[in-house]
Amino acid sequence: MHISEGVVAAPVLVAGAAAAAAGCAVGLRKMDYQNTPKVAVLSSAFFVASLVHIPIGPTSAHLVLNGLVGILLGWITFPAVLVGLLLQAILFQFGGITTLGVNTVVMAVPAIVCYLLYSRIIRSRYAAGAAIGGFFAGATGILLAVILVALSLLSTGEQFTNVARLFLLAHVPVMVIEGIVTAFIILFLRKIKPELLGGDIR
Amino acid sequence: MIEEHFSEGNSVIHRIDPRIRIICAIVYSAIIAVIGNLSVAFIGLGAAIVFITLAQLDAMHLLRRLLVVNVFVLMFWLVLPFSFSGDTILSVGPLNMTQQGVLYTLMLTLKCNAIILINVGLLSTCGMFNVVHALNHLRVPNKLIHLLFFIFRFSHVMHYEYARLTDTLKIRGFRPRTSMHTYRTYGSIIGTLLIRAYERSEQIHRAMVCRGFKGKYWLLDHFVLRRSDVLAATIMAAGAVIIIILQWKTG
Repeated sequence: MHISEGVVAAPVLVAGAAAAAAGCAVGLRKMDYQNTPKVAVLSSAFFVASLVHIPIGPTSAHLVLNGLVGILLGWITFPAVLVGLLLQAILFQFGGITTLGVNTVVMAVPAIVCYLLYSRIIRSRYAAGAAIGGFFAGATGILLAVILVALSLLSTGEQFTNVARLFLLAHVPVMVIEGIVTAFIILFLRKIKPELLGGDIR
Repeated sequence: MIEEHFSEGNSVIHRIDPRIRIICAIVYSAIIAVIGNLSVAFIGLGAAIVFITLAQLDAMHLLRRLLVVNVFVLMFWLVLPFSFSGDTILSVGPLNMTQQGVLYTLMLTLKCNAIILINVGLLSTCGMFNVVHALNHLRVPNKLIHLLFFIFRFSHVMHYEYARLTDTLKIRGFRPRTSMHTYRTYGSIIGTLLIRAYERSEQIHRAMVCRGFKGKYWLLDHFVLRRSDVLAATIMAAGAVIIIILQWKTG
């Protein structure tokens, strides 16, 4: 999910770039040469996972997994998302340079909210607690990202009210699917490699 | 899937120093992003077409990329022309398509395509390794460059791992459907991918420690700024200034 090039107004782009730069500064301070390979290879895995299309009824949607990224990487999500989006811009032309800042904020801020809200419940002793935490992390990641996209469109101009409304509506099923898949990933990881969820990387 | 079709070539554009191409891509994208006038948007698109023509890229690949981008633009066309008040051209039930709405949406379409073409022509022609190298010269924080280099390098490895995992699904006759079973299977596949990534990164880290990695990459080849690069930079800068003046004059 991203904002296309040449759509939102200059003040939104500048604000997004500034916020992304600040977030990246915090994230990079938490990352040293010890954990760079871990952050990087996991980010590559997420990069690949975001190319996966999952069927929803007659159509399909690709996974975003920003909630899960936040839980695994914490504040380091900011630089990881920035790099992921830069790669998408150069390799696939999804988004570009001018929207890099806004789109980083759109993906990374919800991820960090999920990290702050759900990383404790996901480590719960009970599988049900972990699953519920996972579902909400997945759904919240998408919900907040969609809201941020809608806000950036609306602060560009009133003409985008209908576009924003349509965008929100279209993402309701995506939210549910992300929640379900994230819950299954969390259940899988806590059984097989619980240290990944334990904040070992961030 | 993760291939760099546009980085191969020996055109005028491909021969420009990647540092200059990156700076020009940023400058042109920024200028086109703030254009607020239809005729200037046409000129921005014209500049982008000049770059893309000079780069002599494979037309099929280019068209496919543009098609994907314009699927998103299509969403705007479905809604935005009806979201303005003004001179009605067409009424569909309660909706009024206005001239202002159509012109505005047309401007967005032109700007979006222009920036994407600039991106392909100037950035995607560099090749990722050159981009990483050039960003290093342009004073991007060292850690960010490491991350970029590593993520690019290992996205190929992870994509290969992912392909192996989906092959095992195919062999077992798995068909993705809208069902809990499908979602659970994808959950496990992605979980496995993350675990393999994590274990792989531990091996990589140990290998780096063994080789005495201290946060610096040693480069074997260097960029050389030639006279033709300076000439290209001057021409592109002049083009940028012209677009800025036109935008400023037309308000």
